[in-house]
Amino acid sequence: MDDHNTTPWSRRLFLQQGATLASLVATTPLFIEQTARGMMLPLGSLVTSQAGVPEDRVFVVVQLGGGNDGLNSVVPYGSSEYYNLRSGLAIQAPGRGDDAALELDGVQGIGLHPSLRGLKELMDEGSAGIVQGVGYPNPNRSHFSSMDIWHSADTDGKSDGWLGRYFDNTCNGTPNPEAGIAIGRQAPLAMQGHTQMPVSFERSELFRWMGTDLDQNLEPPYETIAKTPHAGMVPEENSQAAFLKRTTLDARISSDRVRKAVAVSPLVTYPNSNLSNQLRMVAAMIRAELRTRVYYVTLSGFDTHANQAGQHARLLEQVGDALLAFQRDIQAQGNQGRVLTMVFSEFGRRVAQNGSGGTDHGTAAPTYFIGDMVQPGVHGTHPSMSKLDQGDLIHTIDFRTLYASVLEDWMGADSSEILKGRWKTVPLIKT
Amino acid sequence: MGTTSMKKVKDRDFNYWKAQHLLNRAGFGGTPGNILALRNMGPEDAVDYLIDYRDVETEAVLPNDFDSNINKPREGNERQRYKRAREQGNEKALEDFRKQRQEQQRIDRRQMANIETWWLERMIETPRPFQEKMALFWHGHFAAAYRPIEDSYLLFLQNQLFRSNAVGNFKDDLVHGIIRDPAMIKYLNNNQNNKNSPNENLARELMELFTLGEGRGYGEQDIKQGARTLTGYTYNDNEFQYLSQNHDDGLKSIFGKSGRWDGHDFVEMIFTRPSASQFICEKLYRFYVNDSPNGFTKEQQSVIRKMAAKLKSSKWELKPVLRQLFLSEHFYDEDNVGAVIKSPVQLVIQAIRSLRTPTRNLPKLNEACALMGQSIFHPPSVKGWEGGRKWINTSTLFIRQNILLYLLTGRDEGSRAWDRGGSTEYDATHLVNHLQDIEGSNTVQDGVVYLLRFAHPVAAPDGRRVDEWVEYVNNRGGRFDNTTLINILALITASPEYQLS
Repeated sequence: MDDHNTTPWSRRLFLQQGATLASLVATTPLFIEQTARGMMLPLGSLVTSQAGVPEDRVFVVVQLGGGNDGLNSVVPYGSSEYYNLRSGLAIQAPGRGDDAALELDGVQGIGLHPSLRGLKELMDEGSAGIVQGVGYPNPNRSHFSSMDIWHSADTDGKSDGWLGRYFDNTCNGTPNPEAGIAIGRQAPLAMQGHTQMPVSFERSELFRWMGTDLDQNLEPPYETIAKTPHAGMVPEENSQAAFLKRTTLDARISSDRVRKAVAVSPLVTYPNSNLSNQLRMVAAMIRAELRTRVYYVTLSGFDTHANQAGQHARLLEQVGDALLAFQRDIQAQGNQGRVLTMVFSEFGRRVAQNGSGGTDHGTAAPTYFIGDMVQPGVHGTHPSMSKLDQGDLIHTIDFRTLYASVLEDWMGADSSEILKGRWKTVPLIKT
Repeated sequence: MGTTSMKKVKDRDFNYWKAQHLLNRAGFGGTPGNILALRNMGPEDAVDYLIDYRDVETEAVLPNDFDSNINKPREGNERQRYKRAREQGNEKALEDFRKQRQEQQRIDRRQMANIETWWLERMIETPRPFQEKMALFWHGHFAAAYRPIEDSYLLFLQNQLFRSNAVGNFKDDLVHGIIRDPAMIKYLNNNQNNKNSPNENLARELMELFTLGEGRGYGEQDIKQGARTLTGYTYNDNEFQYLSQNHDDGLKSIFGKSGRWDGHDFVEMIFTRPSASQFICEKLYRFYVNDSPNGFTKEQQSVIRKMAAKLKSSKWELKPVLRQLFLSEHFYDEDNVGAVIKSPVQLVIQAIRSLRTPTRNLPKLNEACALMGQSIFHPPSVKGWEGGRKWINTSTLFIRQNILLYLLTGRDEGSRAWDRGGSTEYDATHLVNHLQDIEGSNTVQDGVVYLLRFAHPVAAPDGRRVDEWVEYVNNRGGRFDNTTLINILALITASPEYQLS
C-alpha cells in the first residue's frame, strides 16, 4: 500500500544530493525500481476520476517520428558507460566547451543536448517535466509497429487509437466534428476512433473546396449546394442525402472557423520551421476558442542511422525553439493553465553508436511534458546503462502509465475503458 | 413504400436511368454511350453481359507480372552463416543481416505500392467492371492487410484468387480457397497453428467474419475444435502446404458432431448452419443495393431471405443470386437509387469511367483513396472497411471534393500553391453531345438538368439549384464550352449528392 506513495518522483531527492548517475543506479532501493514500472493493476481496483473537470482543457501531442535518440537528448553525463559506448557521438558534460550538455537547475548527472535551449528555459522556469525510461515490454524496433503500439496503447498494435477511444467515450454518440484536429495529410491512428473521426489538414488553405480557384463566380452556387433541400426533405431526417448535406454544412463551418482562426497573427514571434508552423496554427486555434480538445502535430526525420551529430542537433533545435515559442504564445494568451503538451517518439536508439556515425533503433526513451500543470523536473528512473537488453535500454516505466495519468488527471476520463486495462497513474499533473 | 418484388423488371421499364443504375452498381459507372448500349440490350442481356463476362476479352494476369522472390527465405550457405552468427553473438554479422532484411523490406514495400496502382489501373481500364468490383468486395470481406504480412507477392496471389473466382462458388472456390490462401494464413497466424500449440485466429474469423457472422450458430467450443481441424495448414514458397506432422488428427466435436475432422470438413460443416447463406447475402445487399444505415427494414430482410434461399438452392453458386438481384424490380426501386455512399475507390474510378477524365497520376489517386479511408491492400483490420456513412467526415469530404477537381483539371494542390495551367486538358464535351439522343434539346436549361441527372442519382434535381446554375452558364455566354462544362462539373462533383451512387 505504501508503494503508491513512494513513487518514482522521489528520485529527485537523490539527484539533488549530488550523487553521480552511475552510483545512483547501484544504490537505489529495490522497491523504487519496482514501482517505477507502470504496473498494470488488476481490473477492479479503485480509481477515482475527477468530477467537474473544466471543459476547456486542451491536450497537445507532439510526435517525433523516426525514433528520437533519447540518450543524446536527455544526456546522462554522469554515466561512464555512455562515454565508453559512444566515443564519437556522446555529448560532453556541462562546462566542457560549446557543444557540452546544458545543465538543468537542481539536477545532477542529467543534462540536455546543447540545442535544446528552448526546453531548458521551460525546465528552469518550472513549466516542463521529463519522464525517463519510457517504453513497454518486449519492445518492437520496427517503426510502424512501435508507432502503432504507442498510437493504439495496445502491444498487439492492431487496434484503433487511444485518443480516438477517448473521443468515443466522451462524445455520447454525437461526435463533435472538431473534437480532435491533426496537422498533416492524414490524421494519425492515435486519433482514430469508432464514432469520432478527427479533422486533419496540412495547411489551413487546403482545408476547403479548391473549386473557387477555378472561378470565383463558383462561390455563390457552392455555398448553397448543401443548403438546397431535395424534394420532400425534412430537417433532422435520417436519409442519406440529409446526412450528406448536414456533413457538408458542418465541413464548411469547420473550414471557415479554422481558416479564420489561423489567419490571426500570433502574440509572439515563431521561428520559421516546420514544427513551429504547426504549433503556431495550434496556438491560433486555441486562442480562437475552437471546441477542440486534442491537437496533434508531427515532426519526422529522427531516424538517425548515419551521421547523426549535425542532423540531430538541427532537429532538436527546431523542437526546443518551437516548444518555447508555443508555450510563450500560450502564456501571452493567458491560456497556460489550460494547455498540456506531450512530446514523444516511437522508440529511442541503441546505447552504442554504430559504424556510420549514427545510432540504430532502440527501445526506451524520455517523454516530455510542458505546461503550468506539469510537475516540473526530471522524473522516473534512468534505465540502467550497464544492464542492457541486447544492447538496448530496459524501460523503467510503461508509456500507458503516462497515458492513464493524462486521461485521469487532465482530461477527467476513465482511463481503464480507454486503455482497455487499468494502469496506475503517476503524479504527472499537479493537483 | 418500395417493392420487395424479386420479379424481373419489365423490358419496357428498363430505360436509360435504370441502365445507369445497373452500371453504377454492378460496375464503376460509364459514359452515356456505355449506358445507352446497355439499355439497348434489354435487362436480361445487359445483366448477363456484366456478370457473365467470360466471353469478354481482357488482359490476363500472369504469375510473373510481379516478383515472387523478394521474400525468399534464407537457404543453404546463407542459413548456415546466419545460424553461426547468432550462436556466436557476432554483432557485426547480425548487423549486416539486419541491413539486408531492411533492404528486402524496402523493395517489397515498393512492389506493394506498384501492385496497388496496378489494380487501380485495372479497375479503370477493364472491360469486365463487374469482375473487378466483385474482387474489391471480396478484398473487403476476406480482409487481410499488408502490415503484418509484409509480403506483397502473397497479396498479389490473394487478389488473383478473388479475381478468378469473383462470381464462382462461394463455398468451393472462395471459402475453401481462403483457408488455403498463404496471405490469409500468414495474416491470421495459421502457420503457427500446430497440434501442440493451437492458434484460434483463423477458425474464429472464418466463422465470425467470413461465413456465419458473430455469434450466429457457433460457440467458443466450435472455435477451439475448429482450430484443431486447421492445424498443419501452412504455406511455403508462395504456395499452400499441408504439414501432416503438425496436424491434430484426433477426434473433434463441432456443432455437436464428432469425427477426425480436417479443415475441409470444417468448412463443409459450417455451410450446414442456417446463417451461412444469410450472412453473406446481408453483406452483398449492403454493398450492391442499400447501405441500410439504420439497419434492415422488414422489406429488406424479406429480400435478403430470398437471396439466401437462392444461394442455397444453387448450391452456393453466386451468379444465380446476383442475376436474380440485378434483374429484380426491388433493385431498381427508387428507395435504392442513391442509397449507397460511394467508397473512395468507387468515387475515383467512377468519375474517370463516367466523365472520361484523364487518369492522371495513379500513385496520387492511390494516396487520395488512402486519405479518404480506403487504402487497398491495407484494410484497417480483418473486418475490412465498414463503409457507408463511415466514409464521410469533415476531413474526407474536402478530400473527396478536391480529388475530383484534380481529375477534372489536373491541378495539384500538393506541396505548392494551387497553380494555374493544368497538365492534360480534359475534354468534357462528349457528355453533352449525347443530349440529342436523350433529351432531344440543347438549351442551357435542359443541359443543366441532364448533367445533374447524369451525375446525381436523383430523379428530379431541385428547381432552385437548376435556376442558379443556368444563371451561371448564361453569365458565361450561355453555351456549354469546355471550360464552362468543367466548372459546372466542379459544382456537380462538390455536391453532397455526388457522394451517392
